[in-house]
This record gives sequence, structure tokens and C-alpha cells, in this order.
Amino acid sequence: MLLIEDLQVKLGEREVLRHIDLQINPGETHILFGPNGSGKTSLLMTIMGYPQYRVTAGKITFKGVDITNAPINERSKLGIGMSYQRPPTVNGLKTKQMVQICGGDRKVDTEGMAARMNFTDFLERDINAGFSGGEIKRSELLQLMAQEPDLLLFDEPESGVDLENISLIGSTISKLLQRDFQTQPGKTQVQRKKERTKMGLIITHTGFILDYVTADKGQVLFNGVLSCSNNPTDIFNCIKVMGYEECVKCAI
Amino acid sequence: MRNLSERAREARDKKAAIGPDVDLATFTAEPVRHDYVPDLKRLPEKDRLRMIQAGIDTAESGRSGTYIQMDTAVVHSHARQEGLEVIPIKEALKKYEWAREYYWKLVSVDADKYTAAAELHLHDGYVIRALPGAKAVWPVQACLYLDKDNISQYVHNLIIAEEGSELHVITGCATSPNLKRGLHVGISEFFVKKNAKLSFTMIHHWAEEVMVRPRSVGIVEEGGLFLNNYICMKPVKSLQMYPTTHLVGKGAVARFYSILVGTPGSEMDVGGRIFLEAEDTRAEIIARAITNGGKIINRGDLIGEVAGVKAHLECKGLILNGGIIHAIPELQGKVDGVEMSHEAAVGKIAQEEIMYLMSRGLSEEEATSTIVRGFLSVDIPGLPPQLKAEIDRAVDLSSKDVM
Repeated sequence: MLLIEDLQVKLGEREVLRHIDLQINPGETHILFGPNGSGKTSLLMTIMGYPQYRVTAGKITFKGVDITNAPINERSKLGIGMSYQRPPTVNGLKTKQMVQICGGDRKVDTEGMAARMNFTDFLERDINAGFSGGEIKRSELLQLMAQEPDLLLFDEPESGVDLENISLIGSTISKLLQRDFQTQPGKTQVQRKKERTKMGLIITHTGFILDYVTADKGQVLFNGVLSCSNNPTDIFNCIKVMGYEECVKCAI
Repeated sequence: MRNLSERAREARDKKAAIGPDVDLATFTAEPVRHDYVPDLKRLPEKDRLRMIQAGIDTAESGRSGTYIQMDTAVVHSHARQEGLEVIPIKEALKKYEWAREYYWKLVSVDADKYTAAAELHLHDGYVIRALPGAKAVWPVQACLYLDKDNISQYVHNLIIAEEGSELHVITGCATSPNLKRGLHVGISEFFVKKNAKLSFTMIHHWAEEVMVRPRSVGIVEEGGLFLNNYICMKPVKSLQMYPTTHLVGKGAVARFYSILVGTPGSEMDVGGRIFLEAEDTRAEIIARAITNGGKIINRGDLIGEVAGVKAHLECKGLILNGGIIHAIPELQGKVDGVEMSHEAAVGKIAQEEIMYLMSRGLSEEEATSTIVRGFLSVDIPGLPPQLKAEIDRAVDLSSKDVM
């Protein structure tokens, strides 16, 4: 379980998150809506542990461990993983090597996973060097497949992805979050849902991802405040018609 | 011959154009006796270990010949493949008329006091030659080793790839663990004939009080390819070299790659200069420099003399923990229609990259060394996989100490 209590965060001198409370139980996936600059990425980066996001108050607990001040790699070891929107290029580090790094001590089938992500041709290229928006997304998902985290943070996984790859991205996220219907075909829906352990927090702008990934809850982040917790499709429809500001009002 | 020694005598006090001046008289150039070792396995273990770090495999697996010189004496020299020759230069000059045609052909004997001293004190060196059409399956290895404290070693090497041949040379320079101070002066002349391919990979493994002054010039004829790789990741007191290559035949190609690590107290002044003198010639100079307290001057000079040539220079530096990196890239286009470019950058490791890798499970140190390792790995087109593995191994061995 991820538990965030009364979290306040500053980036430089600016307050980017105010009094955030959030609970994601094992097996749950939440969708995070919000306009540009509302603090969505800040929330993900804070959960991942980027030190420039300074926690000034509140607490983050994951699997019962207080990780409020834990370094990034300890959070990663505990099972938190992130799909970045604009990850940096690491010159000379091949994508293949990066996937193996993600696998840690486990032996990972890099070739097989890359084939499934339609990414084989990129394995020998430096990670993120000259990748298009869509290629970055596939690369990030490939890394998460190898990393197998329990809490997956997705920062706009559909942005920059062409139509041809959107369903691949969507179904991969669905699988990573144990929300697909292909794996474990012998089990009933209820069984699958019961055994689901993976947690997800997905930032979306366009809502396209909702066509591929089911979610338990939607939340709207507006001006650094998390409000409006509801069925994600309801929220999305409300935003589409009323806009963020009105939609937030409805919850208060 | 008389002419050469005369010119050398006249230049014996001539200071080099660049680099700190070395007082040659503070070193001893007296010949040192070392017995010939027919079986490389009988070399003392302490020396073998040092040689391995400089890329020399004393088991000779995957090698098509070996030359080893300790101080002033040749302790091993033979070729294992037909069509390849590995001969000590003194013997070659004595026995073969052709050797004279290459000796001091490209490097001027009176260029500076170092070239002059190399003629006046010549302590041997190697001639490695691939006969016309011969294709080396494995690289030939050569080691110039400093054993006796305070020695000055003067060597002269000729590397000749005859028409249509393919030759790979890996040369390691190293010092004995008990040597503190020394001087190495090495003259190297490279001849890449028509449609020949030569790769020359030099790994330097000196010690804290060693001065190094290589002087080398190469010439590449029509359709020839010259790959010149240089790796120096260990301490050295002062290293100065500016290898030069002339592309004189149509379609000739030269690529220089260097990896430098400057440790505290080290001063490295390393350059590369390529003259593009014929049509369709191509040149590339790529350097990666890291300092954690040393001073590195990285020069590069490309001179385009005819239309249609293409050349690129790239120098990237990382300052990890103090020290200086001074990048001096130069381009000289002398006619219309040359295509030449350079890029130089000096910086530090991006925090963003470290954190990205940490979020994939690496510790901060692991992330940093992964980034450094990536920075130092350059893809060298045309290099046989086996040599690529050799370079990777040398970089891996040393990059552990960089951190």
C-alpha cells in the first residue's frame, strides 16, 4: 500500500504540492487528472524520491516503510518504478544494458521483451538518444517490464505516441498492472481481481489511456491540491464538458 | 646514415614546440642487459601482470606475433602467421635494404631533441610488416617495457601494411612495479599502402614519475584505412604527443580515437592531426577525456587541402573531481568545397542521469560509474570485434580506478 499523508512539497521556493492525502491499496490503479503545471509530475517525482522536490511536511509510507526521506534507489528496491515523460539520454549506455540494469539480479529475457514492445532495433542504441516521443514510451515500458515494480508511476504514457502504437502501450500498461484478460486464462475474473497486487498511478492529459486500462479511482490535481475522488470516466467526462476548474468545484 | 646522425647532433638541444621540456641528461641511456626469452611464459610474473594490463597477452592466445623489448634490449620477437613480419629494427636495418627506405622517411630526425636523441641513442624498436595481400587473422602485439629505474628508452618503430594487406597491431607500454622514474621516447612511422587496412591500438600504462614523448607520422595511400586508437588511463608525469597522418591517395580514410584519464599530478598533452591531401579522403578524430585532478590538453587539427573531403573532430571532456581539461580543436579548410566540423564539450556528470539510473535500482556510485563507462565507450567502425573486446577490457580494468 502507498499512503501519503498531508504532504507538502517545495520545488526551489515554490510550493508545488499542498496537503496531499492519497491512499493506493494493493491491486488498485488510480488516474491523475489535472491541467498543465498543476503539480502532477511533481507528485510522481516526489513519490519516486527526486531530492529537488523538498518535502516540507507530511509523510509517505510504502509497504509500511516510511520512505519520506529515502533515496531514490531504496524506493526502487522497495518496488517503486516510474515511466518518465522525458528521461535523459545516457551516452554510451545501450538500451540493452539499461534493460539488464532494470532486471537487477534477476535474469531477464531482454530480446523477448523487446520483441513484444516492437523495440528490437533499438537495443543497440544509446538509451533515449534521438528517440521520438513514442519510442521513449516504449523504451520506458520495456524497462518497467524488466524491473517488475509493485507500484508503477506513469507520467503521460500516451503523449507523443502514434495511433499504431497506442494500443500496444495501453495493453502493456494493462498487463504490468495485472489488469489484462490474457494472462492466467484459467482463472475467473473475480479470482484475478482478488489476487491482483500491482498498484498504479497514471497521469493522463487526453484520457486515451482509459480506453485500454481499467482504473479504480480518478483524482484531479489542481493548483497543487488533490481533490475530487471519483470514478475516472465520470471525472474525465466532467472535465471534457466543464473544464478542470468547474470539475474541481463539484467535489467540494 | 652519416647525414642522419649529423642532423640529429645539430638538433640535440632543440626544444619541442609544445609540452614541458625534459632534461634528457637526468636519465641514463646506457644499454641494459636482458636475456632473450624464447618462451613468454618464462617472463617474471610481476612483469607479465603489468603487461597484461597494457593489453599484452603472454599466453599469445589470439595473437599473430609478439615483440617485447625491456629497457634497451629485445627479449622476444617473432611472427606466427605467414605473410607477417616482426623484426627488431636494428636487425632490419642491418639485413634488409628496404628497411632503409622507411627509416626517418616521415618523421624528421631533427624535429626536436627527442627525435634527435632517438637517432643518437637508438635502443631498437620493432618493424611490423604485412606483405602484399596478407590478412592478419589476429593482432600482432608489441610491448615496450621500462624496467630499470631512471632509464631513458629510445625506440623507433616502423609499421607497414603493404598493398591490399590487413594488419592489426596492439601495442602496450608499461613499467615494472619497482620503477619510479623513467623516460620513453618512441618514434613511429606508419605506411598504409594502396587498399591496405591498418589498425593500431596503443595502451599506455606508465607510472607517476615517467615522462613520455612519442613522435609519430603516418601516410595512407589510395583506398587505405588507418585506425589509430590510443588509451591512457593511468598516471604519468608528463605525456606529450601529436601524431600526424597524411591522406595522400584517393579515398584514403583515417580515424583517430583516444581515451584519456588524468589522475592528480599527471599532465597530458595529446593531439591528433590529419592532412586530407587527396580527393574523397575522410578523417575523424574522436577524443574522450576525464580528469579527476590531472591536467589534460586535448588538441585536434584537421587540414582540408582539396575539394570534396570530409572531416570531423569531436572532443568531449568530463571533470569529475578537480583538474583541468583544455580542448583545442582546429580546422583548416584551404579550398572551396571541403566539409569539416568539430564539436567540443567539457562538463560534469548530469545529476539527472544519475537519478534516472538510481530509479532503476543502481546506487549512486554504481550509477556514476555506469555513466563514466558509457562516456568512455566509443563505437569504432571497422575495428575487429576481438580488438574491440580488448579495448573494452582495458577501459573496464582502469575505469574502476577512475571513481
